[in-house]
Amino acid sequence: MSQDKSILLNIKNLVIEGYSDEHWIEIVHGIDLTLHRGEVMGLIGESGAGKSTIGLAAMGFTKDGCRIGEGSSIEFDGMELTTTPQSDLQSLRGARIAYVAQSAAASFNPAHKLIDQHTEAPLQYRIQKRLESQEDAMELYERLRLPNPREIGFRYPHQVSGGQLQRAMTAMAMACRPDLIIFDEPTTALDVTTQIEVLSAIRDIVDQFNTAALYITHDLAVVAQMADVIKVLLKGDEVEEADTRTMLEHPQDDYTKSLWAVRDFKKEQVPRPTDSGPLISVKNVDASYGDTPVLHDVSFDIYAGMTVAVVGESGSGKSTTARCITGLLPPSKGEILFQGTPLPPDYRDRTKDQLRQAQMIYQMADTALNPKVKISEIIGRPAAFYSGLHGPALKNRVDEILDLIELDPSKYYNRYPPELSGGQKQRIGIARSLAAEPTFIICDEVTSALDQLVAEGILRLLDKLQKEMNLAYMFITHDLATVRSIADEVVVMQYGKVVEQGPKDVMFTPPHHEYTDLLLSSVPEMDPDWLTTLLEERGVNDMGEVERNNK
Amino acid sequence: MNYFIIGFYALLIGVSSLAAFYQKRTAFLLLFSLTLVSFVMGIVGGEGMLWSVTILAGLIAFSAGVSFSFREFLVILLPPDLAKTMRAAPLTAGFGLFVIFTYAISGIFAPIIAPYGEAEVISSAFAPADENMLLGADQLGRDMFSRIIYGARNTVGLALLATILAFAMGATAGLYAATVGGKLDQLLSRIVDVIMSIPSLIFSLLLLSIFGTNTVTLIIVIAIIYAPRVFRLARSVGGNVVVMDYIEAAKLRGEGNWYLIRKEILPNSSAPLIAEFGLEFCFVFLLVAGLSFLGLGIQPPTADWGSMVRENATLISFGEITPLIPAGAIALLTVAVNFVVDWMLYMSSGLKE
Repeated sequence: MSQDKSILLNIKNLVIEGYSDEHWIEIVHGIDLTLHRGEVMGLIGESGAGKSTIGLAAMGFTKDGCRIGEGSSIEFDGMELTTTPQSDLQSLRGARIAYVAQSAAASFNPAHKLIDQHTEAPLQYRIQKRLESQEDAMELYERLRLPNPREIGFRYPHQVSGGQLQRAMTAMAMACRPDLIIFDEPTTALDVTTQIEVLSAIRDIVDQFNTAALYITHDLAVVAQMADVIKVLLKGDEVEEADTRTMLEHPQDDYTKSLWAVRDFKKEQVPRPTDSGPLISVKNVDASYGDTPVLHDVSFDIYAGMTVAVVGESGSGKSTTARCITGLLPPSKGEILFQGTPLPPDYRDRTKDQLRQAQMIYQMADTALNPKVKISEIIGRPAAFYSGLHGPALKNRVDEILDLIELDPSKYYNRYPPELSGGQKQRIGIARSLAAEPTFIICDEVTSALDQLVAEGILRLLDKLQKEMNLAYMFITHDLATVRSIADEVVVMQYGKVVEQGPKDVMFTPPHHEYTDLLLSSVPEMDPDWLTTLLEERGVNDMGEVERNNK
Repeated sequence: MNYFIIGFYALLIGVSSLAAFYQKRTAFLLLFSLTLVSFVMGIVGGEGMLWSVTILAGLIAFSAGVSFSFREFLVILLPPDLAKTMRAAPLTAGFGLFVIFTYAISGIFAPIIAPYGEAEVISSAFAPADENMLLGADQLGRDMFSRIIYGARNTVGLALLATILAFAMGATAGLYAATVGGKLDQLLSRIVDVIMSIPSLIFSLLLLSIFGTNTVTLIIVIAIIYAPRVFRLARSVGGNVVVMDYIEAAKLRGEGNWYLIRKEILPNSSAPLIAEFGLEFCFVFLLVAGLSFLGLGIQPPTADWGSMVRENATLISFGEITPLIPAGAIALLTVAVNFVVDWMLYMSSGLKE
């Protein structure tokens, strides 16, 4: 393969308009972008920055209700995409430009085998015959280090894991050997250990075929591993562009610096109080969904005013533990103690006061808040329900809570959840749990759906509230950066068992349990050489994969 | 060749050229194909055919105009947020709303609008239309127009009450089953299956012959027949809502089922239920008309569109359109309600543009 470095994609003055409230509103304001063959450009920014919109525009495509504005030019390999007819664009997509979406699980058709979906594009464009194409797919699967490359293609999407599916999707994007691949947050939905596998696979394959790529993400550490050039976007405007090393070492713009500084937040670690017993203790809990055992002998304690972070990959039983504590899933063995007295296993048998003590904040604020109920009522209901407030007293209480979560009461009192941004919704979720005046809050992946800047704001808020009200948090997460910033104690879970637990400083200094070590070393760092070094240390075959196969 | 035909073609060609000049693609295609079709029709059907084309086009244009002005009228009257959705409504929805509005007015003010009473014999049987009787007389010499007006009140009123009752029962039970689940859900669902397995017309005939035919029984019987469909819809929509985190949060708060249904689930399942309301209303309407036609619905001398069709059916063999008028009234309302329902479905499905 020739290492041709000519210009592949040249976007000039790209303006994209969206239709809302009977007006066309500009959402991308004149972006210029030049991408050479074999180059990987990282597009980063918060949500609403226009990253995905630009990514799609590079294929000459806009979402429904959007259009490419006058005077924009998108030149792909000498072809002007803004004036190309739809039919020609369609034959371009899949063949010469491919797209890898954030959620592979949602992008694969669950009714067809992986390899049939893989061969669809080459057959459609008559590039390869079915058998040739299948052979090629297996080769790609092998290159992407999927286990059993010759057989995995004949499985259905639900029969492989999330990380494997994401790699199969990358393979599918490579099927026609496109010149350009657009990766739209391909690893955001994955665990750290899986993320590494996908990242290294993507990086290798892009390298091998001299493919150009647009890599869209909001995770800086990830983009540092993947991209040659980074472009920072903010609200549809370009902030700055530079090659990766320059950008990481000498960010020019204040906004970029603030993005870089996000990971600096660190709360002071609090030791266990000596004068009182634990607030919540989970004692030898076993639990199962139907006949499938999920938790095995899980025990840990949570003291008042402390944050216990529960970490582990998906499927490790973190959320199930939370369901046992709240009483949604009565444990099959063991018990949950609150201030030394056992709680009834089923939430329906608990008293109002017991229910009030333990509150939950959910990962997806979208589904955690009723879209048809006003903010005032979402927050007011627990206050009225538990404390019997009504009339002006209730309104004062709601205003007070809105003040606590740093939202202006007069502005948000009468609004509905869909009118708020992701971060604001999450704040309302926090407010709802505060309104019950609890002593203990379970935070289930509260920041993983948020941008880093917003997530940091939420973490700081949670920390402030903890200091003011002496709250105890059980913080469920798979993001170790979050653990580093907010936890006092850490519980590591794997396959429904507690692998290791202890105070944060002890947990983060070696020696670790083998699994803790794997988790810790998998957290991407801002160093652009981190992935390369790590892979060398682990040997080419990925450890996460090896371990799963051994299981 | 007379002036009408020349004018007819000149107008069509002129307007299509204008459309082509201003690059209105769809308008041009429509007009020009109409021109081409009229050539054929003019040759085959002569001037008469062209007249009917003109009248039909005029009627369509007239109803479009009426729908448009009615929509604008609503936009001005309604509060700002409702006016915004109204402005985006398609013309068909405006038309549907206008028809429903007209029916409602004639139903509510029937005694004032109708020139004669609904049971008043004023003429000989099957008398043709004259200056006293807009649509002629029926088989007993009663004024057809007055009976149509009264029929709006009786037929539509009954269908509306029956649908509301069916929804009250079906939606409550369905959402309750979705919330509680388990054995109660199974029990309710199986009862519903049993009711649904009996053909509705036969079941209603059976029930009505057991309990006798009066308005109250009729409403209850129809409600019982239609409630299962509502139950199924409400249960499945509710089933999608109860798995949301906010329901879990409310459950963990210790809220009762009634609160969950009323405050958390119902607001989130109302859109499909409202759309279904429109559809079911049409079905109920047709069932009432069908029952009346069989003589088991609303009893004479109360005016009712279904029985009016049956009573005047003999006239059709004499080439009179009288029996078609109440049938047309039923059809028009059904079409109008469906236009509005389509619009609501479109809005609730979240498909914009």
